[in-house]
Formats: sequence, C-alpha cells, structure tokens
Amino acid sequence: MNLTLHVWRQQGPDDKGRLERYQAKDVSPDMSFLEMLDEVNEELVQEGREPIVFDHDCREGICGTCSQVINGQPHGPQAETTVCQLHMRQFKDGDEIYIEPWRARAFPVIKDLIVDRTAMDRIVEAGGYVSVSTGGVPDANAILIPKADADAAMDAAECIGCGACVAACPNGSAMLFVSAKVGQLAKLPQGRPEAARRVCSMTETMLDEGFGNCSNHYECEAACPKGISVKFIAMLNREYLKAMPKLKGKKEA
Amino acid sequence: MILDSKCPSGPLADKWDNHRRDLKLVNPANKRKYTIIVVGTGLAGGSVAATLAELGYNVEAFCYQDSPRRGHSIAAQGGINAAKNYQNDGDSIFRLFHDTIKGGDFRAREANVYRLAQISNNIIDQCVAQGVPFARDYAGYLENRSFGGAQVSRTFFARGQTGQQLLLGAYQAFSRQVQAGKIRVHPRTEMLDLVVVDGEAKGITVRDMVSGEIRCHAADAVVLASGGYVNVYNLSTNAMGSSVTAAWRAHKKGAFFANPCYTQIHPTCIPVSGDHQSKLTLMSESLRNDGRIWVPKNKGDRRPAHQIPEDERDYYLERKYPSFGNLAPRDIASRAAKQACDAGLGVGSGRGVYLDFADAIERLGEDAIRARYGNLFDMYQRITGEDAYRQPMRIYPALHYAMGGLWVDYNLQSNLPGLFVLGEANFSDHGANRLGASALMQGLADGYFIAPYTIADYLARTEPGKISSKGDEFRDSAAQVEGLTNKLLAVNGRKTVNQFHRELGHIMWEDVGMARSEDSLKAAVEKISALREEFWNNVRVPGSGADLNQELEKAGRMADYLEFGELLARDALNRDESCGGHFRVEHQTEDGEAVRDDDSFSYVAAWEYGGDGQTPQLHKEPLTFENIELAVRSYK
Ligand SMILES: Cc1cc2nc3c(=O)[nH]c(=O)nc-3n(C[C@H](O)[C@H](O)[C@H](O)COP(=O)(O)OP(=O)(O)OC[C@H]3O[C@@H](n4cnc5c(N)ncnc54)[C@H](O)[C@@H]3O)c2cc1C
Ligand code: SF4
Ligand code: FES
Repeated sequence: MNLTLHVWRQQGPDDKGRLERYQAKDVSPDMSFLEMLDEVNEELVQEGREPIVFDHDCREGICGTCSQVINGQPHGPQAETTVCQLHMRQFKDGDEIYIEPWRARAFPVIKDLIVDRTAMDRIVEAGGYVSVSTGGVPDANAILIPKADADAAMDAAECIGCGACVAACPNGSAMLFVSAKVGQLAKLPQGRPEAARRVCSMTETMLDEGFGNCSNHYECEAACPKGISVKFIAMLNREYLKAMPKLKGKKEA
Repeated sequence: MILDSKCPSGPLADKWDNHRRDLKLVNPANKRKYTIIVVGTGLAGGSVAATLAELGYNVEAFCYQDSPRRGHSIAAQGGINAAKNYQNDGDSIFRLFHDTIKGGDFRAREANVYRLAQISNNIIDQCVAQGVPFARDYAGYLENRSFGGAQVSRTFFARGQTGQQLLLGAYQAFSRQVQAGKIRVHPRTEMLDLVVVDGEAKGITVRDMVSGEIRCHAADAVVLASGGYVNVYNLSTNAMGSSVTAAWRAHKKGAFFANPCYTQIHPTCIPVSGDHQSKLTLMSESLRNDGRIWVPKNKGDRRPAHQIPEDERDYYLERKYPSFGNLAPRDIASRAAKQACDAGLGVGSGRGVYLDFADAIERLGEDAIRARYGNLFDMYQRITGEDAYRQPMRIYPALHYAMGGLWVDYNLQSNLPGLFVLGEANFSDHGANRLGASALMQGLADGYFIAPYTIADYLARTEPGKISSKGDEFRDSAAQVEGLTNKLLAVNGRKTVNQFHRELGHIMWEDVGMARSEDSLKAAVEKISALREEFWNNVRVPGSGADLNQELEKAGRMADYLEFGELLARDALNRDESCGGHFRVEHQTEDGEAVRDDDSFSYVAAWEYGGDGQTPQLHKEPLTFENIELAVRSYK
C-alpha cells in the first residue's frame, strides 16, 4: 500500500516546528509502524536529507520508549498497543497519517518526535519504592500475599512508563502513571508502611513538575497501552485522603 | 599467557564464604570519598548502582535510553531461577549448579556457577521485599514453573513480564538513591571509550546524545553492565540500541574478550516476515511447558495445521529427547528446528515450525492458557495477525543471548584492574549455552550480591579521588572519540548504516550461525573485513555531530560490529569442537549431536586486542572440573 505521512519536524526546543509531508511507498501489511518509518528514513538518508528522529528501543511493547501521537491518538488506533507493536495491517492504501510527538507541558520537545520525559523519573524518585536496602530481608515465603492482592498489584505494575496517559489527558496529568505505582505498592504488605508518605510526595512532585491534575476525563485509560485501569486513580484518591491527617499530624509534631 | 581466575581454594560450598571473609572492606566513613562509574542501568547496572549507593559510595550512572528504567532487561518474559526448592521436587543449590554447568556444556567455571546457585535464593528474597509482584498461589505462597534444561520447577515469574518487574524493582531502589543524592544519572548518554591510567580503569568518555557534546568522567573504578552483543547478527531479540560498543571500546583499551563465539539462538521466536524486518520477537520459553513442537512428516505438506492428522505429524523433540521432550535446552531445540526446515519440512515461509497449544487448551481450558500466556498470545496476534488459540504458533530460532563477553576473574574484575564487568556483558557463568531464566539470576547476583563486595576490595587498595578528568589520558581519549565521529560524518558515501547492518547480519547468520564450519568461518573473516573496508569508503551519515543524530549513533555501533564480528568468527574458527551454542559441523555424532573435545578445548578463550587490522592474541584460562564429572551432555 501507499500512504501519505504528515510528520512533525522540529529542529530543537526553540524551533517552532511544523508538519512535513512524506510518501511511504510499497508498505507491507506485515511491517510494524516503526519499520514503515525506517523505510521512509532510509530514503531520506539516501537523498542526503535528515531522517525523522523518534524514540524507540525494545520494539516489543515493554520498554516504554516509543512515543508517537498517530492521527491524534497516543500510540495510534489499536487498543492496548504501543506504536512499536502497531502493524501496518491496521491501515489501508491511500491513508493519510498524522504523526506527532507527545504534547504536554511537562514533556518539552527535544527534536522531531522525541520529548523529554525525565519528569516521570523524578516522580518515582520522590517515593515510588519500598525503602529497603540490599540484604537483611526475610525469606520470600515469609510474607504471604493473597493471590487477589498479588494479581491486583501486578495489574498496576504493568505500567511501562511511556507517558501516553499524559499525552492523552486534556490537563496533561500523570495521574494514571502515579496511581499505577501507588496502587501496586499499596496493595502489598511490603508497601504499606510508607503508603501515606508515598502517595503525598509522588502527587506533589507530579504537580511541581508541571503535570496537571485529574478531572476525570478518563482519556488516559483509553490511551494506555497496558490497559491500566482508572480504578487505580480512585484508589490513589482514597490513599491520599487517608494520608492527609496522618501527615498533617506529623508535620505539626 | 595463562589467565588466573583467582578462584578461592577450599571446598566448593565454602569458597564464597571464605573469600568474603578475606576480602578487604572500606571503612564506612571513607566510602563517600570514592566515586564509581556504572555504565548501564539494566538489571546488572541498576542493582549494583543502587547497592553501592546504599553502602555510601558516590555513583555516576549512564545509559543510552531516556530513562534508567528502560534497559533491555525489561524485555525478559519468562522468569528467574532460584534453588529455593519451594515445590519440594528435589531441587537444591547443588542441583541448580549441576544443571547450569551441564546446560553450559561444561565450559563454565565451577566456582562461579556454584556461587550463583547459592545467591539465587537471596535474590528472590530481595525482590519480594522490594514489592516485586511474583505470581502467587491461593494460599499466598510463591508459584514456580519449569524451564528448559531442568526437571524441577524452580522458575519464579511475574506473568509474562518477569524482567520488567525485576528491573522496576532495581530501578526503584536506584531512584531512592538518586533522591538521596548518592547516584547521579546520565540518561541519553553513550559511553564511547574507556580511559585507562597507569594500567587501571579510571574513567570513561561519553557522548551526550542530545547535544552531541563529548565529555570525560573520572572515577575510582568503572563498572560495565552494558548488556549483550548479539545485534552483531542484525536481527535478534535484543533492543535496537543494544550493542557491543561499550565492551568493544574497553577491549580496544586492553580488556580481554572471552568466548565471543558462544552465542545463543533461541528456538521460539516469531519468524522473519520480510526484508523490512528490524528485530525479532521472542515467544517465551515458558510456552514450551504447554505447547508441543511439530512439523508435518511429509515434505511440502501445505495443508493448514488442523487438517494434518496426528499420525502425519512429527513431534520431533518428544521423539528425539523423550525425557526432556519439548523442554530440551535451547541450543538443542534450535538445531532440531533448523534440521527440520533444512529437510524441507518447515511451515509458513518454510523457515518455521509449529508450537501447538491445542492439547493444552483441551486439557486445561482456554482460560487457563490465557491466564498463563495471554500477553504472549496477544503479542503474537499483533505481529502476525494470527490467533494462536485457534491455530498453532509458527516459530523459528533467532539470535538471543551472548554467553561470551569481557573476561572477568572470580571477583568480576577484568584483566584491567578497576574495571568490573557485570551481567550479560561479562562471559562468566553460562559456559557455551545458557539455560532459560538464568540471565536475570546472574545479572542480579552480580549486581546486588557479588560486585559490591569485590569492588570494595579493590577500592580499599586505592586512594580515593586521585584521578582527575583533566589528565592527558582523558584528553587523548576525547580527541580519539571526536576523531571517530568526524571520520564517520566525512565518508559521505552512498549506503546507509542499515544496509551495512543487513549485509553483516547475513554473513553472520549464514557463516557464523547455527552450523559453522572451517570453510564458512574462513569465508566470514574475509567477507567481514571486505565489508568493513567498504563501510569506511561508502557509508552515508547525514547531519552533524553537534546534534541529536541517530544515524551517527548507529554508525558508531556499526563500526564496532564490523571489527567485533571478525573476532567472533575467529574465535569460532579457533574452537575446533562443538559445544553448546557453538556447533561445528565437523564435530557431530551420527544423529547430529554436538561432540566436544575436552582434551583440547576445556579452556576459556580470552582475546587480547592486537591493534588496528592486526590479528588478536589468544590467552587461555584452563577449566577444571573437580565436583562434577565431565560427561556427554544427554537430554534423551
Ligand atoms: C526478549 C528477551 C527475553 C529474555 N527473557 C529472559 C528470561 O525470561 N529469563 C532470563 O533469565 N533471561 C532472559 N533474557 C536475558 C536477560 O534479559 C538479559 O541477559 C539480561 O537482562 C541482561 O541484563 P544486563 O543488565 O546485563 O543488560 P541490559 O538490561 O541489556 O542493560 C544494558 C544497559 O547498558 C546500557 N548501555 C549499553 N551500551 C551502552 C553505552 N555504550 N553507553 C551507555 N550505556 C550503555 C543500556 O542503556 C542499558 O541500560 C531475555 C532476553 C531477551 C532479549
Ligand atoms: S499508565 Fe499506561 S499510558 Fe501511562 S505511563 Fe503507564 S503504561 Fe504508559
Ligand atoms: S519501543 Fe519499547 S515499548 Fe515501543
């Protein structure tokens, strides 16, 4: 099939950027979306032009590096599928495809389709962990975890940290991402001792980093390639409410 | 030179304890005076950085991705081994040790592997404490599954995303230390040189992949945890950015490269669909717990799978290896698939065999299969457009893992003092073939529990902060890196880096792949050297060095593959025996099993860089087996 691409090109953070038009010819339905872009880039390089830069690494939907808005949808049209796992059989001959970077206040564009997502790392640094050091821990089976809790924790833990939820949210909120980590650790006994501190510092860091707040649009869940459920946002809110009096008390003391 | 592995003496089971007792310690107040560079934030790098920082050292951590959470460890699906014996099925530290040595076809160091088996249990404890959500049974206890090459159930898993969950555990421990100010992270930064001062590793030169700036970093010790090199074959299950560059540049500065020819081809990957293919996707080995591998008995049988009656199918692994069946080790399963396809029995494009779940679905129900492997079936469908609940998967072997790597001693230190190499980047524990679920175990053993002790022993003998990145060695290194960048940009030829990579991949797969011969290897050495010459005359790298330039990044890695590929072929040529993943057609039994030559080749081949265009020099580390009997590996 043959396609017309409109791709966001932006030389750097200070460049205004614009959509440019490219033809993708003889695209096989078995190609992945990124392989289709590889072929376009091959031609650009051969013509001595600068290829389109985009983030990608594992190309199997797990590292969370790839990040493109395709026809207005983060990660494109297929549900629960990252760009790198999107295959061209989802498109048809003659299609026009718009390809843009994640757009959010907290994700400045670096070049073309590449944005800076380090703000998400800083949210995790603020408390997205159990504060245990290497060594001196009990036998793994000494901590019993009901299967339902382990499964729910795993549901949340599947987040790949891609940021599609942020790109999809009208407020540019990272609430789904934050709630996935808060929710995973809140479900596990190992995470309980620090639950209050964690939910507060991660949420506050999120706001400090320029992400918006959540006003229940649920666009995040629709865009999430791992199907992280908004029920974790509800859980985060409960955790937050529970935490408030505790932490207040601590601050005053 | 005969290399000294520095393995401690004494009984196998006491070696590590005794050694730890003898290792020097750094006094707590002095730890903060030392800085350690860690290249890589996969399982090995992430875990060692976190642990060193917890102990009080300053860590400078580097990765080429935009976040330390994305190292390719994240892609590991199936699981991680440990000798817990929670299933009461006869497992033990000795058995895990035994299986790993045997699985590696008796080409690994006994002392290292025994230590690995001992530590395996601590890893599971540590990860659970971090909140890694391993699978549990209804009583709340940890679940296990079986993996290839073992007759016990010792593999721990978190759905089909075990690597992701372990890596996020390490990343979170790492993030806690970033917050504490003990780790400084340098994402989107590629190490392009190792800096050696007075024979010891004291720093690195890097390129900032956003600004293009070349920078030097000095430290008291350098840890390389930069992953494996099988992308030298172009198509593999590794990430697009995985490369040999960090290891190769260290090699060119004096670090020995060990057993590069030990590469693992994984039997269950999704077959190639066309020339556009950029990488191959693994279907976890755990699928072989429930899937049955077969091909039609008759050549050219093009009927759809369900129309081929039972008695016209050849379940060749079950037939050839009745005691391990579909769980035969990877090298054996891969070779058997190739043999079937070479005999004209392949399915799909002809380069594929079936992995069939019909029996398992009938026995356990579709829901049970979905619960176990749902994400893998979904991935398979996205890539192929086929529904594996209704028709068998098509699979074919693909390059997957590097058993070879930089040479290290028992302390995980290379022949260059101050350089420690961890995880897939070193050669240490898997011999000529790695068993499934053992790489995650090794990466975390190295990072959480071994290197933090052995690095201390090195640091205790050095004065902290002695080296500055302003010294001559650093200036020379930066100039060299800068020079290479300019040289790549200046060629301005007609072929893209990807074209060269495809060509190299073709040579490697055909001549240095699953069936190697003296002729094919000699031809490969010639072809690679010719391709290298063409590369330097005809590659086209657009753009500039002072910018984010992905073609330039790829070109630098490609230049290294073109040198390293030749070393790999030379090592395979030198090793005139078959063992594990290294199969020389000259050395096989009548029914196609590998034949080792213990008298001549029971050694680690460690190569010293010979200089530009010069032949490398071989050093040997003899392997001795005191606790396990060298035997013909049999899975029949
Ligand atoms: C698809 C797949 C599935 C697997 N499944 C399993 C499994 O189920 N069980 C199992 O035990 N093993 C499995 N393995 C093997 C295992 O995942 C790897 O061997 C292991 O995770 C490697 O860890 P590592 O820390 O050594 O390297 P990696 O995780 O690859 O990390 C390498 C790090 O080095 C950095 N880096 C590399 N080069 C440079 C450079 N020049 N400059 C700066 N940074 C650099 C990268 O940024 C990255 O952070 C699997 C492997 C693959 C590919
Ligand atoms: S919650 Fe979903 S969309 Fe958001 S970062 Fe995680 S995986 Fe990506
Ligand atoms: S490239 Fe890793 S998730 Fe897409």
